[in-house]
Amino acid sequence: MVERRPWLTLLAHVTLAIGVLMVAFPIWVTFVASTHRPEDIMTAPIPLWPGTQLLANYSELLFSGLKNPSAGGVPLWRMMANSLVMALIIAIGKIVLSFMAAFAIVYFRFPFRMAAFWLIFMTLMLPVEVRIVPTFKVVADLGMLNSYAGLTVPLLASATATFLFRQFFLTVPDELAEAARMDGAGPLRFMKDILLPLSTTNIAALFVIMFTFGWNQYLWPLLMTTDRQYMTVVMGIQRMINVADTDPQWPMVMAAVILAMLPPVAIVVVLQKWFVKGLVETEK
Amino acid sequence: MATVALENVGKVYPGGVEAVKGVTLDIPDGSFTVLLGPSGCGKSTLLRMIAGLETITTGTCRIADRIVNDVEPADRDIAMVFQNYALYPHMSVYDNMAYGLRNRRTPKDEIDRRVKDAARILAIGDYLDRKPRALSGGQRQRVALGRAIVRDPKVFLFDEPLSNLDAKLRVATRIELRKLHERLGTTSIYVTHDQVEAMTLGDRVVVMREGTVQQVGPPLELYNKPANTFVAGFIGSPPMNFADVSFTERDGRLVAEADSIQIVVPEPMRRRIGRSTGRTATLGIRPENLRIATPDADRSNAITGVVQVVEHLGAESLVAVDAGGHLLIAKADPTVAFASNETVRLTPDPEALHFFDSTSGAAL
Repeated sequence: MVERRPWLTLLAHVTLAIGVLMVAFPIWVTFVASTHRPEDIMTAPIPLWPGTQLLANYSELLFSGLKNPSAGGVPLWRMMANSLVMALIIAIGKIVLSFMAAFAIVYFRFPFRMAAFWLIFMTLMLPVEVRIVPTFKVVADLGMLNSYAGLTVPLLASATATFLFRQFFLTVPDELAEAARMDGAGPLRFMKDILLPLSTTNIAALFVIMFTFGWNQYLWPLLMTTDRQYMTVVMGIQRMINVADTDPQWPMVMAAVILAMLPPVAIVVVLQKWFVKGLVETEK
Repeated sequence: MATVALENVGKVYPGGVEAVKGVTLDIPDGSFTVLLGPSGCGKSTLLRMIAGLETITTGTCRIADRIVNDVEPADRDIAMVFQNYALYPHMSVYDNMAYGLRNRRTPKDEIDRRVKDAARILAIGDYLDRKPRALSGGQRQRVALGRAIVRDPKVFLFDEPLSNLDAKLRVATRIELRKLHERLGTTSIYVTHDQVEAMTLGDRVVVMREGTVQQVGPPLELYNKPANTFVAGFIGSPPMNFADVSFTERDGRLVAEADSIQIVVPEPMRRRIGRSTGRTATLGIRPENLRIATPDADRSNAITGVVQVVEHLGAESLVAVDAGGHLLIAKADPTVAFASNETVRLTPDPEALHFFDSTSGAAL
């Protein structure tokens, strides 16, 4: 539509504003709740403006943690650090492994190459939950329970990322690989000097997705860790709600939710410009 | 500087397709050799085997008297220019040219000197900091050339390097390639399907068809003395006219005949054809050697036909004439007007007649 009519512009803006409000309002309420005393938010009407407990709530949560038995007094910064380590290892590990797997599948002729590809591809249909019992058995037998290795290694393989890298490599002209061969670059040097720089936007996009995936892991860390030292923030929130004979400390829970949201948001904001670049730059 | 010698070189792809069939070819030192043929004739495969990008199934390939069948492309001392340039998109022009040298651990100042030299020859000195994306097609082609030049290889390989350029630029770049070759004197092998490129660039042209070499020679030899109907039809534009004729002896002269065609075979040609009465052959005559004669010209040495279409090209006109079922093209003076369905008589230049065996297609 080429015409510009003031009331159409207005309509568009109103629609957008309603959409933004619908997404933002629950987050606002969460934030407001995290700044009050528990009794304030349990009485109607729910406050819609921040209270006085912002600093008190957040500093208590971050540095001393909740005292209820299941949360066990682990400070939230510890849980956040665990989550961060787990998410980073998963995201980086997945990217490294799948980049190399896709490189092998696309650029080398070895026996059962296609069989290997289809095997990887088929595991796309098997999420962690499906194979959780055998995986747990393997990790337990290897003595990796209650460790960062146990938290991350079973999640490192990624069919999705391998597939995405493969599709990207297939769009890189063969002549580029041949030119590099002529220029005396062996396979590894070709990967490092040519393929890796060309893949930066793909890597950034995958990093965002995989980091969020790792950060949001719930079931696996819950099974894997009994030691509170390895508690991640997502399972920590669940533990905070899970209290006997009393009301959960909702302001603290809400504060934990707000804090747990921040790292994935930060990653998206920082890497956003790479996304756009990846979408705009089609030329290889 | 080096010779390239192919001995009985063949390529069979894993699917069983035989792309190149026993090619034996000597490429002299410093020559500019063009591999010419229609798509699928095996010319690119042959080039890629010389480059080392395809394995050689049978035979041997020698570069500078060294058998290179199992030598990596980078160690063959060759450089290749690809059809789509194959520049590294994330590197600057300078880095594109320097990459190969850096991989060989050439000293930094030596790299700098060579890249600057090549940039000066190719007039791309102003773009050294740009990315390939910011260059036009012609400039990218120069960078691809520069990448080959800085290596100072024994042999240059070109895989249809001009086919992505527009017509005007193609002509200009063709001339520059020729000048560049004269300046550097490096043995060059050039693949193309464009016969004009082959004729203008090469000092030797190799015509290929279905994986075999049809004829090797200087461009004019291919034009004047094609070895068979394929070469005759492939070189020259518009292509050579063919007609099936039979020979008869008449008044002591040998005449090639068909419906509406009667052509006296000149004496030297007659000796080559030998015992001939009753024999059939394929007559070949180029459009530029057919003259449209006045109606009262000698009927005993002419082709009679009906004008079908006239194409005006400015400098000349192409007249399509139906002569007893054979459609013949003649180049004509553009000032003479022809009407459709007008009956005309064509007289061939007796020096420029070609006869080919009707079954094998080989020149008589």
